[in-house]
Amino acid sequence: MDTDDEFMSNVSSEDDMLPDDSDNDLSGDEDFGFDDEPDHYIIDSQKDGAEKRKAAYDISFKVYQPADVQKQQNDLIDEVNMILDISKEEAAILLRHFRWNKERLIEDYMDRPGKVLDAAGLSRSSAGPPKMQVIPDFMCDICCEDEPGLESFALKCGHRYCVHCYRHYLAQKIRGEGEAARIQCPSEGCNLIIDARSLDILVTPDLTERYHELLHRTYVEDKETLKWCPAPDCQNAIECAVKKKDLDKVVPTVTCLCGHRFCFGCILNDHQPAPCELVKRWLKKCADDSETANWISANTKECPKCNSTIEKNGGCNHMTCRKCKHEFCWMCMGLWSEHGTSWYNCNRYEEKSGTDARDAQARSRISLERYLHYYNRYANHEQSARLDKDIYHKTEKKMVQLQKESGMSWIEVQYLNSASQALQTCRQTLMWTYAFAFYLARNNLTEIFEDNQKDLEMAVEALSEMFERPITELADPKLKVEIMDKTSYCNKRRVILLDDTAQNLAEGMRTRISFWSVRMANK
Amino acid sequence: MATQNKRIAKEFSDCTSSPPAGIKVTLADDSDLHKWHVVLEGPDNSPYTGGKFGVVIKLPLDYPFRPPVVTFATRIYHPNITNDDQGNICLDLLKNENWKPSTKIHGILEAVRNLLAEPLPDDPLEARIADEYRSDRKEFDKNAKAYVQRYAKGPLKFTTPGSSSEGTSEKKGGAAAVGAPGPGPSSSSSGGGA
Repeated sequence: MDTDDEFMSNVSSEDDMLPDDSDNDLSGDEDFGFDDEPDHYIIDSQKDGAEKRKAAYDISFKVYQPADVQKQQNDLIDEVNMILDISKEEAAILLRHFRWNKERLIEDYMDRPGKVLDAAGLSRSSAGPPKMQVIPDFMCDICCEDEPGLESFALKCGHRYCVHCYRHYLAQKIRGEGEAARIQCPSEGCNLIIDARSLDILVTPDLTERYHELLHRTYVEDKETLKWCPAPDCQNAIECAVKKKDLDKVVPTVTCLCGHRFCFGCILNDHQPAPCELVKRWLKKCADDSETANWISANTKECPKCNSTIEKNGGCNHMTCRKCKHEFCWMCMGLWSEHGTSWYNCNRYEEKSGTDARDAQARSRISLERYLHYYNRYANHEQSARLDKDIYHKTEKKMVQLQKESGMSWIEVQYLNSASQALQTCRQTLMWTYAFAFYLARNNLTEIFEDNQKDLEMAVEALSEMFERPITELADPKLKVEIMDKTSYCNKRRVILLDDTAQNLAEGMRTRISFWSVRMANK
Repeated sequence: MATQNKRIAKEFSDCTSSPPAGIKVTLADDSDLHKWHVVLEGPDNSPYTGGKFGVVIKLPLDYPFRPPVVTFATRIYHPNITNDDQGNICLDLLKNENWKPSTKIHGILEAVRNLLAEPLPDDPLEARIADEYRSDRKEFDKNAKAYVQRYAKGPLKFTTPGSSSEGTSEKKGGAAAVGAPGPGPSSSSSGGGA
């Protein structure tokens, strides 16, 4: 992963093709062996990348590191601080109150400053900077201590408590409840918010970091165009302008600097080409149905008359449906009455009633079988991606070994890395094409989609097979070229599939011909 | 610990020397300031009038930085109090995020008693009772009074679930008897108050 950092720092979504690009750069010859490829969409190398047509699935986004996020906040605070002539602390509180909508804040404040300040918990009585004080005869209302020399603190509202209680209160809020931007004065009924400067005085050093982190987070959480990268331990935020209402026609896939690829719409892992709504339904369906469907498929039959699902719980073939009282034979599904005296012994396979019943049964099982068809392929790619990943971890060792045994340099063995990454991304895409296909409406677009899917799948399986060869074979220059070819081909097939699908999605929404339909699949 | 006890001791003496109207406070156990027993008289002008309700207040170890836990030990028919032997209360100022360390138990007790006088059906724990309170006040009053007759007239018990098996089983038996609306309360009133 970390080897990608230099590539990934390019903040546009063209990162999509980077495994491919890096491969090309290393080989120095990107289009060998592809003369027979349709040339309507060939990925150009990086040098003229700026001019290439923007792929339909491409969306623009930006990755911000923690310092960038901080700077944005500071800039906004400075701006409001200058325009409205209020302190930075107050500007920060107001901005947080308005969920960082600067325009609305300024507009409202110009209209009715008093109301805005009250609502944000900023009282207007002016006083000096906040400080801790020792006041004679003071008794803290929280702990009821009144010893002389007790240090106390109060906000502008004048509700005074001892510093010990104040700190305990803040620790409880910050550590216990994860609150930072909207901590109120400890006094009952007082909604004055504790400003940053007061907090800086009061918050003990062990909490400062946590407190600033929480403040920092509210900025991203409050803004609709910003989201945190969900990868564990990643602190970056991503900005993307895709609106929630457009999620039915775009799949906003973004790549963080840490290498994690995810959907900006739903924060799940990359699920191109399937739209978020479809993904949500599919995952729910899988969670609800898959095991059940498999079990039903293996262990039950349906009553030939009323289609109730029936599990055979005794040895006898004479079935009586609990629901409709229909009597039939479990073996041939035909009427029991036609069995005459040959009880417990069904040899009547050719009889008409039995054939008809079995046909009806088969028809009613079609939708179940259809679902299982897609589900099993989806699950298979998911599993294969995991297995490929295991192999990837071994690849690093392989690469070192190759360097030793064949005298190749570090850069010369990078093709294995590229191949492994191509396998990961392509399988991720393939997995979702099956979920997508389950919901696809049947028309000529489906055929193109399925052809694309087939091409990609064949290429991926071929690459996967080469990738698993023993180290001695991998050192063979001929296989190396083959793997590089296949890697590049896989990436291209994936881009073509995504591009076609994204275009159809956008188009379908525009022309109101549904490319996919949830209703259809629900029946 | 010492400072907390100072606050709690002060609050307890405030609540015993000048208790809120209709409320009597004692310690569950003289050596433990963290568990209070409260006897709450049903407010006038409410269906709960004439009833005596046992309320248990448990103060967490880091009180007053966390809110106390207040539960009804006596069963009560009310939109904001669970209709079971847990007797949980939904009161805004007792929620973690709304709790302020300067809030006093004195004020909480007043708020709880006020909740009996004026239920908040828009923020219910018992949606069915809240609906009834809104749409059929007569029926609600009748049911609430029946509960008072059945549970809030006899000697008070402060047993909370788990603390005494006898107490819980007695309460569960009661719940089953009242389950049927209409004739339930009147027919079972003889078996109730024990």
